Amino acid sequence: MDSTEIIPQLFRTEYRKIVAVLCKHFGFDQMEIAEDITSDAFLTAAETWGQKGIPPNPTAWLYTVAANRAKNYLKRGRVFNTKLAPQLRRSASAGEPEDIEVEFSPQNINDSQLRMMFAISHPAIPPEAQIGLSLRILCGFGIDEIAEAFLTNKEVINKRLFRAKEKIREAGVSLDLPGPTEIDARLSSVLTTIYLLFNEGYYSASDNRSLRKELCFEAIRLCQMLIENEPTNTSEANALLALMCFHASRLDARLDANGAIVLYEEQDVSLWNSDLVSKGGYFLNRAASGARLSKYHLEAGIAFWNTQKEDTKEKWGQILQFYNLLLQLEYSPMAALNRTYAYSKVHGKEGAIREALLLGLSNNRFYYALLGDLYTGVDDERALLNLSEALALARTPAERATLQKRIDGLVKKE
Amino acid sequence: MDEYIVLMRLDLITKEKQPTPDQLKVYMEHYQEWVNGIIAQDKFVGGTGLDAKGKVIKPGGVITDGPFAEIKESLAGFVIIRAGSLDEAVEMAKGNPILNGEGNSVEVRRINGQH
Repeated sequence: MDSTEIIPQLFRTEYRKIVAVLCKHFGFDQMEIAEDITSDAFLTAAETWGQKGIPPNPTAWLYTVAANRAKNYLKRGRVFNTKLAPQLRRSASAGEPEDIEVEFSPQNINDSQLRMMFAISHPAIPPEAQIGLSLRILCGFGIDEIAEAFLTNKEVINKRLFRAKEKIREAGVSLDLPGPTEIDARLSSVLTTIYLLFNEGYYSASDNRSLRKELCFEAIRLCQMLIENEPTNTSEANALLALMCFHASRLDARLDANGAIVLYEEQDVSLWNSDLVSKGGYFLNRAASGARLSKYHLEAGIAFWNTQKEDTKEKWGQILQFYNLLLQLEYSPMAALNRTYAYSKVHGKEGAIREALLLGLSNNRFYYALLGDLYTGVDDERALLNLSEALALARTPAERATLQKRIDGLVKKE
Repeated sequence: MDEYIVLMRLDLITKEKQPTPDQLKVYMEHYQEWVNGIIAQDKFVGGTGLDAKGKVIKPGGVITDGPFAEIKESLAGFVIIRAGSLDEAVEMAKGNPILNGEGNSVEVRRINGQH
């Protein structure tokens, strides 16, 4: 492997670690400095390795360069004296700048990344910025990759990240881990960020398949980090991990070669990943130890049944129950629509149509798509009307293609 | 949107009128389904069943058993729902499965928020 291949790989795995460790030294509000030094270390690597060849331990090489750059930066001192000195004095290990050890031990890397996760998920930072920052700082994605995932351009992402960093300074978000009294509430925003990240990959409008898949697995990796750390190894975190594993098991089956969505009913079950299904089962079991039934538990329960392809009374009865409980915990139009679908599987289409009409979610494209589905075979004319309504509201080419296929199927039947 | 209370009344004393445990299970399932339908419309505020046992306090410190020693329609539970009008609330309450039972009734009242 030459340096042009190894550097992008190392960037993905090491950039986030180096930034996290440096941020722990400089403070969360000095993130740009940490990022600059880290990028600089990679640039140096590209130059040096291209001429002299790849060193025996490239990762350690990067850590050493980054640590030296950080020390030099601190020694240069202008910012040190005015901004950083008061903060560094607080920590016992820090004295004179010469004594500062930037430590890249696995333990310190983990601890730094965990702190970073909590800081980025701080409620003061808007959700969109949280995802952007997570992708950049926690997952080591390039700006162009983030732009692609959001279907926008680099400038927009750069501006968004810039504003997020401003917010961090304004709100005075620190890298301190929350104490025992705070940890539950703060962990819940960390879990939300991870869940958003996963959904960004799972439902993203981008048709770059490998990018979407990576997003999902990055979310899984972050959640796994929480589980490996005792105070954050909660029943909710385990439930979220189970939920993501169950969903991720169908990643290869739900998109066809052209990137179009393959409906659940039409998926090739042999493409479902049974390792991820059993992994999900393992974490769902561990999640069962808690006293609280969170939305992640319920969604993981639903996701489990979705890994069972066969339509049984038990399957749909359970899914319906989980949606009922989910709606009791937290109403969402999507859960109400999915509940109605499960209702049709348990009680038949006609009853479900009555229930659906009561939801009154006009302007919601999924509402019309559901009605289209329920009316199919009961009243095909109405089915067509509703599917056309959904098509008019559809937002992505993939959605339009799926709906058009169903409309064509109905027209042919007539 | 206003909040409306739906009071459910049925005969809790006449022995012959009480459901068997199996019947009760089915009734409860129907009742849950009705509630779940309201939750799915985001119009459920809260509610609960009430114990059949209770006490009634009257002026002069007179305490008697039941709330229903003399009447055949006892309050069995209530739910609070959100609706745009009394008519709409009544429409929703009509689906309450206790209305399948002879002699039962459901009363709908707007909660006016004043004491």
